[in-house]
Amino acid sequence: MTKMKESSHEEVMTTQMTMIQAINDGMRLLLKEDERTIILGEDIGKNGGVFRATEGLQEKFGADRVVDTPLAESGIIGTSIGLAVNGFRPIAEIQFLGFIYPAYEQIMTHVSRIRMRSMSRFTVPMVIRAPYGAGIRAPEIHSDSTETLFTHMPGIKVVCPSNPYDAKGLLIAAMEDPDPVLVLETMKNYRSQREEVPIGKYTVEIGKGNIVREGSDVTLIAWGAMIAIAEKAADQAEKKGISCEIIDLRTLYPIDRDMIAKSVQKTSRAVIIHEAHHTGGLGNDIVSIINDTSFLYLRAPIERVTGFDVPVPFFTLEEHYLPTPARVVEGIEKVVHF
Amino acid sequence: MEQNYPIKRIIDDKGILVDESYEQTINEELVKDLYYNMLRIRTYDRKSINLQRQGRLGTYAPFEGQEAAQVGSALALEENDWVFPTYRDHGATLTFGKSMTRTFLYWNGRVEGCVPPEGRNIFPPAVPIATQLPHAAGAAWAEKLRGTKNASIAYFGDGATSEGDFHEGLNFASVFKVPVVFFNQNNGYAISVPMEKQMNSKTIAQKSVAYGMPGVRIDGNDCLAVYFETKKAFDRARNGDGPTLIEAVTWRKGAHTTADDPSKYRPAEQGQHIVDPMERMELFMKNYGYWDEQWIEEMKEKTMNEVEEAVEEMENYPAPNVEDVFDHVYAVMPKQLAEQKESYLAHLERR
Repeated sequence: MTKMKESSHEEVMTTQMTMIQAINDGMRLLLKEDERTIILGEDIGKNGGVFRATEGLQEKFGADRVVDTPLAESGIIGTSIGLAVNGFRPIAEIQFLGFIYPAYEQIMTHVSRIRMRSMSRFTVPMVIRAPYGAGIRAPEIHSDSTETLFTHMPGIKVVCPSNPYDAKGLLIAAMEDPDPVLVLETMKNYRSQREEVPIGKYTVEIGKGNIVREGSDVTLIAWGAMIAIAEKAADQAEKKGISCEIIDLRTLYPIDRDMIAKSVQKTSRAVIIHEAHHTGGLGNDIVSIINDTSFLYLRAPIERVTGFDVPVPFFTLEEHYLPTPARVVEGIEKVVHF
Repeated sequence: MEQNYPIKRIIDDKGILVDESYEQTINEELVKDLYYNMLRIRTYDRKSINLQRQGRLGTYAPFEGQEAAQVGSALALEENDWVFPTYRDHGATLTFGKSMTRTFLYWNGRVEGCVPPEGRNIFPPAVPIATQLPHAAGAAWAEKLRGTKNASIAYFGDGATSEGDFHEGLNFASVFKVPVVFFNQNNGYAISVPMEKQMNSKTIAQKSVAYGMPGVRIDGNDCLAVYFETKKAFDRARNGDGPTLIEAVTWRKGAHTTADDPSKYRPAEQGQHIVDPMERMELFMKNYGYWDEQWIEEMKEKTMNEVEEAVEEMENYPAPNVEDVFDHVYAVMPKQLAEQKESYLAHLERR
């Protein structure tokens, strides 16, 4: 455990954590500090979750608060709605984003619009956690990144942390939010890095991106597992004399338009990187944001490096689906040498 | 299987008490309460159809024929219970305390129509099919975790039993043994598809076996049977004995909605033999000395006046507020949405 200087006058106790440990720690705090917190999901109790996100929590807080549910995503979200309107604060774990579709109706028709339909008389403050993304050689259908199915949905917020600090801070912020929040957890980063994470409660503001690297020639916009890809590409571009600024969006709705605009107005170029399919991907919205805010600053058309319009392939071919540093470097060179 | 779920009746089609164990429990106050509420919601229902035909209301889903099922079940609730209705259950929600003006407003395209009075836990009607069953289980689960005696009721039709959420709702409720009553109104048709094409089981009550919960099949046109059997199910729920599936066998006398024409799919003679639930109550009241002509006339006048006043209120309700398009989507409006609102309002200003 070490002390991290968080602001000029305050020292915060921190410890090394992976992303999955930071998520576990966040949920432990939420269970401890708010008796309304209840966690529902498949295999999350005794087993501690297939990724161990809830490890030890049922043992500590009991089977009434960390609940092994039947294997039914619509039932998990549907009963979470009932719990949430009746005073509880559910965290619903969907084992993999690729399995959320049976619950899509509940999320689209009820979670997202019960506030609107009842003129705020009924609200469902709840968090839905879902591991997502490719690149861990998982069996088929475990690797989807269909975030735009949810960013397109008015009434919910969508966050996507890429590192341990943001994962815990965004989870706590999501639980404190009066509206439902979908937390997409990039599986590839669950254990890929350790960093100092505060041991107490803190939040990362929903709707705020993070500039993870400052640069002057081109803005790379990414989230989740694509941050590491963007960083590798930026390192390679650096060697070619190109300076990249990297934005980790962290929140996919509501998106941090001001940060995107400010950065692109500085660099005049943008490359958007996402592992979701090309058509209808969030990259299109980001292009629109740049168009709306920064059109006259642009010195090149915006480039998108994305997954293809194909189902995520079986894992022996997934590297050919996912954006690679090499593809991103090509995109960077294209906009820089336009 | 069917013989394991005989239809429970307290009064028969001729209004004769067939279950004498209720002789002492049935009293004038209850009988009048049931009849009055059926009269009230029928007056409301027929008025709604007329208003729709006159272009004064949007598409409307009538419930005539199901008054006994809706009133009997709703009067069995306690005030802190939770109600999860569908779009055909406004008879039940009106009986439980929803405002009639707001119910008219709902059918006139006003979101205000979804808002129940303070202190009444009535969810906006489920429009997709069976999605409200897990909600009812979840709300009941919260009551169980808090250790209260409150329970919830989910209303749904025969077609809803084909949906996955029917299974997920009943399964969660029984696994966690939560205080919920799943109240099915088997009215014979899901829009145009009759029960025998909807399922291969002869009863809906038998589906309870799969969830290890009691299943009760009642004559849904016998208001007394509905009331007492629903009460029993709620007693079990409040005592910690978990959920119950009730099948109230009834009949949708009218169309699915005012936009539907049942002559396309339902033979005219079908259902003609079914004695109307209000007629049956009337026969019972006459047979057992509860019928009071003067009281009936007073109640008819009272309900007519109430309905007319509610229509007037609905039609004179303040015009919908454009800002409501934007204002209840998030607790705090995201910046981009605030800009969309501002830009649209500015557009309206310019017109």
